[in-house]
Parts: sequence; C-alpha cells; structure tokens
Amino acid sequence: MSNQYIEAFVEDKIGVIQLNRPEVLNALNRQMVDEIVEKLEQYDESEDVRVMMIKGNDKAFAAGADIEEMMDETPLTMELADPFAVWDHITLINKPIIASVNGVALGGGFELALHCDLIVAGESSKFGFPEVQLGVMPGAGGTQLLTKAIGERKALEWIWLGEQMEAREALKLGAINRVVADELVFEESFRLAKQLANQAPISIRLIKESVKAAKDMTLMDGMNLERKNFYLTFASEDQKEGMKAFTEKRSPSFKGV
Amino acid sequence: MGKEFQTIKYEEYSGVATITLNRPSAYNAFTEGMNYEVTRALKQATKNDDVRCIVFTGEGKAFCAGQDLQGVDENTNHATFLRKRYHPMLKAIKETPKPVVAAVNGTAAGAGMSLALACDFRLVQPQAKFVSAFINIGLIPDSGFIYNLPRIVGYAKAMEISVLGKPITGEEAYGLGLATEVVPQDEWDKQVEAFTQKLASMPTKAVALVKRYMMDGMHSDYQDVLESEAQAQRIAGLSNDHQEGIQAFKEKREPNFIGK
Repeated sequence: MSNQYIEAFVEDKIGVIQLNRPEVLNALNRQMVDEIVEKLEQYDESEDVRVMMIKGNDKAFAAGADIEEMMDETPLTMELADPFAVWDHITLINKPIIASVNGVALGGGFELALHCDLIVAGESSKFGFPEVQLGVMPGAGGTQLLTKAIGERKALEWIWLGEQMEAREALKLGAINRVVADELVFEESFRLAKQLANQAPISIRLIKESVKAAKDMTLMDGMNLERKNFYLTFASEDQKEGMKAFTEKRSPSFKGV
Repeated sequence: MGKEFQTIKYEEYSGVATITLNRPSAYNAFTEGMNYEVTRALKQATKNDDVRCIVFTGEGKAFCAGQDLQGVDENTNHATFLRKRYHPMLKAIKETPKPVVAAVNGTAAGAGMSLALACDFRLVQPQAKFVSAFINIGLIPDSGFIYNLPRIVGYAKAMEISVLGKPITGEEAYGLGLATEVVPQDEWDKQVEAFTQKLASMPTKAVALVKRYMMDGMHSDYQDVLESEAQAQRIAGLSNDHQEGIQAFKEKREPNFIGK
C-alpha cells in the first residue's frame, strides 16, 4: 500500500514515520492512523529496524483528530466502525517506539504520543486534550494512558480543563521523557533512538514487555513475568556476548539473537 | 504602520523595531489598550525576520509611570488584571528571540520599572529614576519584578529597592549593574541608535540562544545548563553567522553577520 498521509524511511536501524498532513497540522484521520499502525507492524517484523520513531513537522506533531470527519457520526455508526480499535495494535508492538514532538500534540495527537514508549519534545511544544471544549472527551486512550503516566489528580485537572500544557510542565509531571531545543528535536530523538538500537534487542524487547506489565498485573504476576523474561535472556547469543565482553573489558556487539 | 496603534508608536528602521510608549500627558502610564498594543507590537517585531533588535522608550519626559491608577478601583481584582493584561506582554518580551533594550529616558515607576527590568539591556539618562512605587500604595512589585530584579542586582539590593522603595537614579542604576550605559541627554538619540544598531548587526541567532538559556540557567541544575549549552552550541555551530565569523577571522576582516 502506498501511503498518502505519512512518509517512512529507515536509517541506522531506526524506522521513522513522519506524519505528513502539514496543511491541517497533521490532524489524524482514520486512514492516517491505519497507515501509521500498518507501518509500525512492518517495522516490528523487519530485521532492519530495531527502534521506531514517530515524528511530525516543525509546527505540529499532530493537532488532534479530524473534526470534520467526525461531526456527523452517531453512536451506532461509531460502534460499528469502531475507529479507535485499531489503536490497540500499537500496544502490541514489541520494539521501542519514540515520539519526537515539535509544536503541538493535541487530542488524538497527544494520544498517539502517549501510545509511544518514550516522548522527546521541543521546549516550546505543547500538549493537551481540548476534547472537553467540543463537548466530548478523549476516546483513543487519553484518559487511561495519561492517568497511568501521571496519576489521577493531575490527569483529571489536565483533561477537565482542556488547556495546553507546556513541555517543561509535562516533563515535571513525568508525562514526557526529555525536553530539548526546538531546533534539535529530531536530532536528539535520533540520538536516543541510536542508543537504544545499540543495546541488546532481546533485552530491550523483554524489558518493554515486563515494564508494561507492571501497570496492569498484580505485583506477584509481574515479578513472575520479569523473572521468566530474565531467564529467557539466557537463551540469547547476546547474553553470552554481553557477559563475555564485560569480563574482557570491551564493548559488546549485539546481534539481536 | 504607526497608525494601527493609538497608545504607542511602532517603527522599524534598519533592523531595529522601536516601541515608543506614547501617552506623554500621563507619563506613558499603562492602560489596558497600551498593554495589548505593546504585546501586539512585540509579536509583529518577532515575526519580521529583518528585525534583529527591539527597543522600548517613552515619549516626552518619562519612560513609563506604571499602571494608570485611574483604571484601578475598589472592584479591581488585581490577579485577573495581571493575568489578562500584563502577563501576555511580559511573556512576549521573554519569548521573543530578539534582544530587547529599554531606553529609559526618564522615570520608570511601578510596572514601568518592571517593564525595564524585563528587558535584556537598559540604557539610562543620568536624571532618569527607577522607582518601585508599589509598596507606597500597599501593593507588591509585580509584572516580573520579583523574578527579574534579584537576578539582576542580587537579593539584598532587590529587597531594599522593593521594600524601602528609595528611587534609584541613572548613575546609581549603573553602579548596581542595573543599567548597561548612562548616556547624557544631549547624546541620547545618537547613542541609543548606536547601541541598538550594534545589537542588530550581531549574530542574532547566537544572541537569541544566550537569551534563551542564561536567565533560566540561574535556577537550573549545573548538569541541565551544561546540556542546554551543548544543544545551543550545536544550533549556533550550524548557523551561517558562525561560518561567517570563522571566515572573517581567517581573512582578518570584520564579519558581516546576517542573523541566521
């Protein structure tokens, strides 16, 4: 399938998805989300990709959902089309996903960022859920993912008011990982992605599974999963290489097997 | 261009945008309209790539007498007042990447002093006065005063100026590090122009990066500031003006910076 609303390229084992509807500040429509999800799934299976990145352009990561597309919906048309269900596929991606945010990440755009594992943002970027001002609410995971990221009180305040929050504030709350100069958002995101791409891929993958489990599982189940995953790393060549390199006082070279 | 504004004059000339507070009969005191016009003028100057320096000054004898007290009564909610009128203006000064100069031609009192403090440089006339008048009417110094003044002169002096409220002359301001230069009245126009023209011919991108990180660096961790410096230097290192600076140095000539 050729992509209409995104561009994609792989460089240094980083699979990049660039949102590409600049005329509407990268507002997400359904086809665009389908294209993103499909590309993420391709990258997840590709041997050439170790880390994925989603980026917007200078003005916007993504400014919400396409309102015009939604205006005439009824509860039943939405129930039957279930447009948000496809977002669940992002949750099943095994490799790390980094959101590289310049400008605004609003509504669906913020939800897309929250679906990523790490968020790097420019100093003047802004995050928010304006849905409440339209008489609706977040629908693609906003209330759940933000609450798990920053806790109930701050999530309520943020989503109820519908105001845009500055990157520094989002950083303080733990909603995002790093704030960098606007001019360097992609460069710094890429630097982080390369660091991850040089780590042992099996470790990275199993760490992601284990950490994500901490949010939903009981402690004992989570501890058990972690333990099994730890044991599983010993099936990899990278574990042997990593420990050997350590004893030989050299840097390891990981192959992902 | 000036006719769009009623309470200020706005001119762009040779890379410098001049915002002249223009209510001389009221010593250029702020009205609601003036707050909004100053904010709009700052945004206009910020948008125009040709503008590489912004300067504030006052028409007539005063720089700015602060808030016009005719607009304040017992029903005023001072918090709402500040959030709505002053804060957008102060944010615009802080956020514009261009250096902002206060050419303090006369008294800067109350919020007028706050405005001068929010700028990156202050030029003063010897007889000009800075007065934090707030405490005299039972208010606190606002509009960024509490943030900016101790960062410029240190806590002890800032406390004296805020609480004891003694006026500071231009000469004293220079001694405190509050003023960049003291300029006699008869050389004022010429020297203000020379100073702002000089700023407008500097490597504006690099100047903007210093402005962006230095003030906030005063309350950031050392590690964070080092990281900011690394990123800022990366950006400056990619600028045309850096290339020009290096080239001019090699060729033993004056650099010609374009601000990008």
